[in-house]
Parts: sequence; C-alpha cells; structure tokens
Amino acid sequence: MAHDINDTYEPIDQDLHTEPMILQMGPSHPATHGTVRFTLTLDGEKVLKCETEVGYLHRGFEKECEASTWTQVFPYTDRLNYVSPLLNNFGYALAVEKLLGIQVPERCDWIRTIMGEISRLSDHWTSVGAGALELGAMTAFLYAIEARELVWDLTEQVTGARMTVSYGRIGGLKDDLTPDFAANWKHVRERLLEVHATTHKLLTRNRIFVDRMQGTGVLTREMGISYGYTGPVLRSTGVDYDVRKDHPYFKYGEIDFEVPVGSTGDNYDRYLVRMDEIVQSVRIIDQCLERIQPGPVNSDDPRVMLPDKQKVYNTIEGMISHFKIVFEGIQVPPGEIYSYTEAGNGELGFYIVSNGTGKPWKIHVRSPSLIMMGGVHKLFEGSMLADIIPTFDTINMIGGECDK
Amino acid sequence: MVEVLITVIKIVAIVFVFAMGVASLMTLLGDRKQSAKIQNRVGPNQAKFFGFSLGGIPHFIADGIKMILKENTMPNGANKWLHTLAPALIFFPALVGWAVIPFMDHYCTGSVRTLADYTEVCIDGEWKNYFSIMHSDAGLLFAFAIAAVSVYGAAIAGWASNNKFSLLGGLRSSAQMISYEVSMGLSLAGVLMIYGTLNLNEMVRAQGYLFGGWLPMWGIVVQPLAFFLFFLAGLAETKRAPFDLPEDESVIVAGYITEYSSMKFAIMQLSEYVATVFIAALIAILFLGGWQVPFLYADGIRFLGNHWQPFAENPDLWYYFTIMLRIGAMVLKVLFLVWLQFMMRWTLPRFRYDQVMTLGWKILLPLSIANLFITALILTIL
Repeated sequence: MAHDINDTYEPIDQDLHTEPMILQMGPSHPATHGTVRFTLTLDGEKVLKCETEVGYLHRGFEKECEASTWTQVFPYTDRLNYVSPLLNNFGYALAVEKLLGIQVPERCDWIRTIMGEISRLSDHWTSVGAGALELGAMTAFLYAIEARELVWDLTEQVTGARMTVSYGRIGGLKDDLTPDFAANWKHVRERLLEVHATTHKLLTRNRIFVDRMQGTGVLTREMGISYGYTGPVLRSTGVDYDVRKDHPYFKYGEIDFEVPVGSTGDNYDRYLVRMDEIVQSVRIIDQCLERIQPGPVNSDDPRVMLPDKQKVYNTIEGMISHFKIVFEGIQVPPGEIYSYTEAGNGELGFYIVSNGTGKPWKIHVRSPSLIMMGGVHKLFEGSMLADIIPTFDTINMIGGECDK
Repeated sequence: MVEVLITVIKIVAIVFVFAMGVASLMTLLGDRKQSAKIQNRVGPNQAKFFGFSLGGIPHFIADGIKMILKENTMPNGANKWLHTLAPALIFFPALVGWAVIPFMDHYCTGSVRTLADYTEVCIDGEWKNYFSIMHSDAGLLFAFAIAAVSVYGAAIAGWASNNKFSLLGGLRSSAQMISYEVSMGLSLAGVLMIYGTLNLNEMVRAQGYLFGGWLPMWGIVVQPLAFFLFFLAGLAETKRAPFDLPEDESVIVAGYITEYSSMKFAIMQLSEYVATVFIAALIAILFLGGWQVPFLYADGIRFLGNHWQPFAENPDLWYYFTIMLRIGAMVLKVLFLVWLQFMMRWTLPRFRYDQVMTLGWKILLPLSIANLFITALILTIL
C-alpha cells in the first residue's frame, strides 16, 4: 500500500508547534507567600491569562464575630490588615458607635487620629519596602523596615503590643497615650523623614527601579472606579477620593493635609503616592499632637463602658453593670449601618446588623484588598511574568484582610 | 617531575586556596557581613570557636557542614543523570578558567632589566612560569571558551529539574549568558587590537608602559568604554545582581537551582561566587594592569624619567620584594572588583528579562562595535 507522501515528507517550513505553558504561581511561592494563587497561562514570559484564587487565609472572620460579643470582635479586627491593625480597630469601633449613637470624648478622637496615622505609616512603609525587596533591592527594604520598627515601637509603647494591638474599644480606647509619647514621636519623626529621604535617593530616580515600575501594572481611572478600587491604588490614577477628606471622621476634618494623587496609575505612581502619604501622615500626627488637650479618653456612657473598679467592688449596681457588659456584651440597639474609614489600602467598610443583643447579628467587612484582587488579573494580563511582582506589591494585598 | 610538582602546587594555590578561598569567604564577608554593614545590621555572629565569634568566620564552616549533612533530594520525574551532572558542569568551568590567570610575571632566573619602553627583559637566564598555571598564547580565548561552557550547566539544571520555575530559570540564564558573551567578546576586540596578543600575561606586561613617564597605560586608560562594557557584560555573565534574574527569587523561586539541595546546591552557589572572582580577575588583568604596580619595576622605581634603585647593592632582594608587591597588587585588585560587584548587588534592584535583553543587544552590543571601530580608526591613523 502506497504511503501518502505527506506522511513521510512533511513540509519543512511548517510552524513549530508551540503551546502556552500553565504555571501555578502560589500559594507556596515567594511572591504570593501562601495567601493567594495565580494560575498563569504563559507564552514564554508573557502572561496571557491569569486566574486569581484567594482564600488561603480564610478564617471565617465574619462568622466568628457572630459568636462573640461586640467587644470581643476587636482582636479579630486586628487580624484583618495585620500591618495596620489600629485602623481596623478604630473603623470597627466607629461603626458600632454610630449604631449606638454615642459620642466619644474629644481626646479619644485625637488619639484615634494619631494612632491611626501611626498605623498607616507602618502599612505604607511595609508596602514600599516589600516592593523594593521583591525587585531585589534588599537594602531599601531593610531601611524601610527600620522605619516601620520605630513606628511599631511607638505602637508598642501605647498599646502594649506590636501587631495584634486590640487597642480600640467601643466608646473609647484601652488606654491613654503615654506621657512621653510626644517626645518619642519627635525622635521617631526625625528618623522617619531621614529614611524617607534615603528611600527616595535609593529608589525614586534609580534607573532600574523606574524601568521596572513605570508603565507596568497600569490601572486606568475608569477601571479603578468600575472595579471599586480605593485607597492609594485608586488615587494613583488621579482620582482624589480619600475617605478622610471626602467624608471626614475623627479629627480629619479639622486638620490640614493633602491627598497625593498620581496620574498614570502605574506601579511607579502607586509607589510615589504611598511615599507622599507617608509625609502627609507625619504632618497629620504633628498637628494632632499640637492640638490635643488633656481630658478623658473614654465615653461616660454606662451602656458601653465598664464601671470603675471601685464601684464594681463596692456597689451592687456597679457589680451588675460590670457583669452584664462582660457576659452579655454591650447592648447595641437593633438596626444596621455601613460605616467606612480610610485604611492603609483603601476604604475599609463595616456593614453591621444588630438584633439588639450583645452579639452582632451580622458583620460584613468591605476589605479593600479583596476588592482589588477582583481586578488584579487585568493588571497582570499582557505584561511580563516579572511584572506581576511589582504590581502585586503595589496593590499591597494583605492576606488577612483579603480572605477575612 | 619537578615541573609536575610545581604545576600541582600552582593549581592548589591558585584554584583551591585563592579562588575557592575568596569565593567561600565572599559568601560570608561579601554576602553577609558586607550586606549587613550596608543595611545597618550586625550580620552573623552566633557561630563561635571557643566562645569567640571571630567576625563571623565560623559561619562559613558551619554552612559547609550544614550543606554536607542536608538530605540530597531530587524531584519526581527529574532526569537523574542530568540533574546530577548539571552542578558539575557549572562547577568545572568556574575552576578551569583559572588556568590562564597570571598572578605575577614569569620568574626570571637571571637578572631583570627594564628597557626604555618599560618592558622587562631577562638577562643571563630564562623566564620560568611560576605564577600562572598555564602559559597559553590563546589565554583569553581559553577563558572565554571555558566561560561559555557554563551555559550548559545552567540550561541542563533548569531542564532536568522537572520544574517549570527551573525551566524558566534555565532558559533565562542561557539566553542571558549567550547574549552577553557577544558584547563581552566584542568589547575586548579593541583591547586586543591595542595589545596585539591573546596572552594574558603579555597583556599585563604591555600595561606597564608609562605614558609621559607618569600615566600607566592600563586598559582602563586606553579603553575606558570597553572597561564599562566588559564590566557590565561580566556582571551579567556571572548572573549576579542586578542581572540575577535566572534566579530571580521573587518570580521564579530560585530559578534553575530551585530543585537542588545539599552539596549540589552549595556547589552551584559556590561556582557562582568563583565565577564572580574569575570575572574580577579578568577585569583586573585586562583593564586594571593585572599584577602591575604603577611605577614599580623589577629593577627599581621609575617616575617621570627618574629611576630609583632601592637595595641597589642587592638586586635580588628588590626583585623578591617586587614579586610580593605584584602578587599583592593582583589580589587586591581582584578583591576590590569583587567588593564593587557586591556593593552593586546590595544597592540595585534587578532588571526584567526583556530589559536585560534590550540592554545587551541594543545598547551594549552597538556600543562595543562602535568602540571597536573607533579604536581601529585611531590605530590606523596613528
């Protein structure tokens, strides 16, 4: 039987057969550090398609909260964005206070503003530093981490913990600032600005860094808005939406600060926005420390605050009040509320439903990271494999916050 | 028999004591202590000899012991033969290249006289090759040929590991090394035209010339552009930061060494360091005057036409002194260049794959060719 001649002699100019490579990037990967998985379809080093899978750090935050009293939720909120736990604490406290309809004392608002910005500093330093680290600039990372350490020292001094602070309380705070806080801040502030200048020198005009960051991971203004991006990532596209400015809470309305915005929405702009926000945070803290007045830090509303120990041990009313708040929890009137604050990565919203008991009926967190991960594949696709790294870093996805 | 013995001693001294010694110390002093200094840290100081941390030196012994004791794992589906062969293929060229590196001029059994054009001649005796393993007239070609072989090791390691990250690393490394070899070679063409030899020792000798009696005509003086091109291409060739994308740890985990453990891993790391030292030695020889100490010659010091003869009553003493100084100079130049590479490594972020290719093909290569043409033009005119 005669062979078909084409079986033996295939045309020599045929295309080489190529097919895209599927690469599982993560969860066990240096860049995704166990919290996220990208299933990449690669053509050489070019990313054709990216499927994002989050949830490796899912702890059931929202469900856990339903089994805890309103106060017991605080430690859980620490673990949302664990780089800036104070912002979560205060965001949650604010939501519950709105539902309760109580006002916190003046000094409490000032302290919340100060400590919130302290936490934001820690968040931005981590993001800037880690971004440099993953591009191979380990030195810049360690300088940034030194700055973060100083910030954490301040946090530790006030709250007693470095990461899982649980410093917020409904209607107040765990403690007042320490008496030497302002003096320590003066010292830290100086060093922070030094490190800030060093980081600028090391990175901002570094040709390699600029080449890696500029024009990569470009987020358009329209896409940012339509995907619900917030925070520094959205601001890098030129939208000057900042909850602190547009819907002031705590003392942000009384303070003079700027909202840095970018123009192109690429990684470089996101980096610059964060760098500028560091300076603004320092400004905010400076102003707050100038204007803060002595006074009580906790609300005197007996519905939410534990009575004095003196009363607890000596009067039956105090004893009962203490018992009821600890065991049954703060009684939050039935209703629902959505309260939002500006966290390190963007708008952190708490949607809370109460059925009038001491435990939340439902808590939903609008975590900026999760929403940003929804559109992150758009930033990856069409770019190089190595561009995923700076993009993923400037998005600053925090596992705890994203996966809840 | 004596010749063989001398060769063996040279091999041990140069390859195992100098190259390996510097390379292993670099893992400690360069990668850890120096980076710690740059980064405001203390660096390793916990491994101790009888309670003394000795600047962290015990750590590299501890490292070695640790590496030997680690389990040697091999991924499922890996090609066992090639997976094992790859580290050897990387290690071998890193060591063999040292054969042609001269640490000093040949030893003259008679007395040395420096001529008016600053070349040294050996009178009443002959040159003995005591300070480089192999005296080859194709020394530079040999070095390049050997360096090119190490591409295979990385590529095979990447392929044989049965891991996509390794594969990407292997591909990146072969693409990068092959690309940069081109500009590396071409950037040297001008140097070759000027010195007219491929023999590394002859090149160093030619660099002893003093222009106007005061300016040593080192490679960096006559070919400044080539120095930068070669330095950059050399950095890329050794796959060190900022060109370390074959093992870009944040993207492709550890590149082609992802699936290596135990001494295989250690050997791959070590050969990378040895390659760094080797490139430093090549740069020192080609551009920084190799073993030359400015104004210092075997029969005295010359500067601006003056000639001093220390120890005039005993020329041999001065000759031995020169030998010591020259070996010291070579070692110091190598160490300086290694230090420079480490400073760059710990300061700069890394490139992206396509940027490295762009730099190699679109910037370094045209510049090398331009350098070659300009050099040729000048040489023709002169």
